[in-house]
Amino acid sequence: MALYSEKVMEHFRHPRNVGVIENADGIGEVGNAKCGDIMKIYLKIEDGIIEDAKFETFGCASAIASSSMATELIKGKPVSEASALTNKAVAEALDGLPAHKVHCSVLAEEAIKKALQDYYGKLSEGV
Amino acid sequence: MRIYLDNAATTKMSRTAVDAMLPYLDTVYGNPSSLHSAGQEAAEALDNARERIAKCLGCPGKEIIFTSGGSEADNQAILSAARAGARKGKKHIITTAFEHHAVLHTLKKLEREGFEVTLLGVHEDGIVLPEQVDDAIREDTCLVTVMYANNEIGTIQPIKAIGGICRDRGVTFHTDAVQAAGHLHIDVKEQNIDMLSLSAHKFHGPKGIGALYARKGISLEALIEGGAQERGKRAGTENIPAIMGMAAALEEACGSIDENARKLSALRDKLIEGLSEIPHSILNGDAFRRLPGNVNFCFEGIEGESLLLLLDDKGICASSGSACTSGSLDPSHVLLAIGRVHDIAHGSLRLTLSEENTEEEIAYTVRAVKEAVEYLRGMSPVWRALISGEQEFIIK
Ligand SMILES: Cc1ncc(COP(=O)(O)O)c(C=O)c1O
Ligand SMILES: [Zn+2]
Repeated sequence: MALYSEKVMEHFRHPRNVGVIENADGIGEVGNAKCGDIMKIYLKIEDGIIEDAKFETFGCASAIASSSMATELIKGKPVSEASALTNKAVAEALDGLPAHKVHCSVLAEEAIKKALQDYYGKLSEGV
Repeated sequence: MRIYLDNAATTKMSRTAVDAMLPYLDTVYGNPSSLHSAGQEAAEALDNARERIAKCLGCPGKEIIFTSGGSEADNQAILSAARAGARKGKKHIITTAFEHHAVLHTLKKLEREGFEVTLLGVHEDGIVLPEQVDDAIREDTCLVTVMYANNEIGTIQPIKAIGGICRDRGVTFHTDAVQAAGHLHIDVKEQNIDMLSLSAHKFHGPKGIGALYARKGISLEALIEGGAQERGKRAGTENIPAIMGMAAALEEACGSIDENARKLSALRDKLIEGLSEIPHSILNGDAFRRLPGNVNFCFEGIEGESLLLLLDDKGICASSGSACTSGSLDPSHVLLAIGRVHDIAHGSLRLTLSEENTEEEIAYTVRAVKEAVEYLRGMSPVWRALISGEQEFIIK
């Protein structure tokens, strides 16, 4: 059996939403180079809807595929839905991840939460 | 198309080795312990293989015992020396920080049993100095174990000098020569080696078979108890087909060491030259005192597993010391031992050659690695931080 599902490999080979959003409404970066995976998520939010999401990831195939899938899952969704996204949902959408790779997908959930915190922070500053 | 560049992990069996095994998988099936003619036929083959392997190492056949591979040979060598040491009240062992886990984990076990282990540091060039060994030897040192050549970065250790020091100081010396056997000249007598481990699948022989050389006078302890095979030092009916394959493979490899080394090191140096063109990349381990077929690089700003998988898509089989390939959170202990920090140790790539690789394959590989590194850097937040000056490059 291959290490990764077809879905993971597909998202790894053709990741969606790679890149940067200039003047993003929320940015979240998690992980560190010590553990081997770093994920940075950029959000464009209008009227409480995630208009656009992009990512940059330093990490393994699982980390890259999770970033790709997570950004797909939140695009066009209300902020409340995006903040409820779990790493479990990301892993399931990828048809599962090997047990020792789950920690790489947790970063996607955390990065989105952090980007939303950043967004709320900016909002309250703006008031 | 497949370009196999993971020969340090395992090699393809040579035709010679396969042919040497076939009769013993088919018509010559006797048990060497049986007294009848079928058994004796097998016993003769076993003797013959032992002599041929011994000859490649420069020792008599009776100093060779067959094991299930390199790991078992390492375990047996270390545990035997430890037990012999303990009987004399000597419970200190010296090794290096970048040994194979077959050595390090065996020593961890001994530590739990009250042994003290000194892990010698490794210089950035991936080489341990004989003086370090000399300085570390104590009254109660019972064993020094230093690998012949490192499996990740290929660096070759000054074995003869270390052996000479151990001989002078009366300490048993073991070397894990799993990566060296069949690739580098070995003469256990000339190099002052008391015990040496080797494994057939690293030199185009079969998997699951290896050997332990132990000089006469070194007391060996059996790990597997049972029958009197291998002079009581390793019970179990011998794997004659594998042993025949190992003997043929080692003989063949040792017969063409210089020729193979010339060919491989030329390819290796081309590969190193090509990959060095990638900005912010660094060769791991000394450029010259390394196995003829070993190339190991770190590329800043990317992670090794994704690089491996991209290369696999392009038909290239390689290996990496990143944490994500090992299933642990830490990258390769070898890269950490030579002073590579976590950030760049995760971005390592090992390419290990065999005689079957061609110049075209090397040229293709250089192009493929350049493309893959560039692609991954393009999506890496670390790389962005580095090129924007937000963060400082570690590899200049
Ligand atoms: C240096 C070294 N020692 C020991 C081993 C273990 O050998 P084997 O796979 O035959 O148990 C290996 C191979 O993985 C190795 O490279
Ligand atoms: Zn990972």
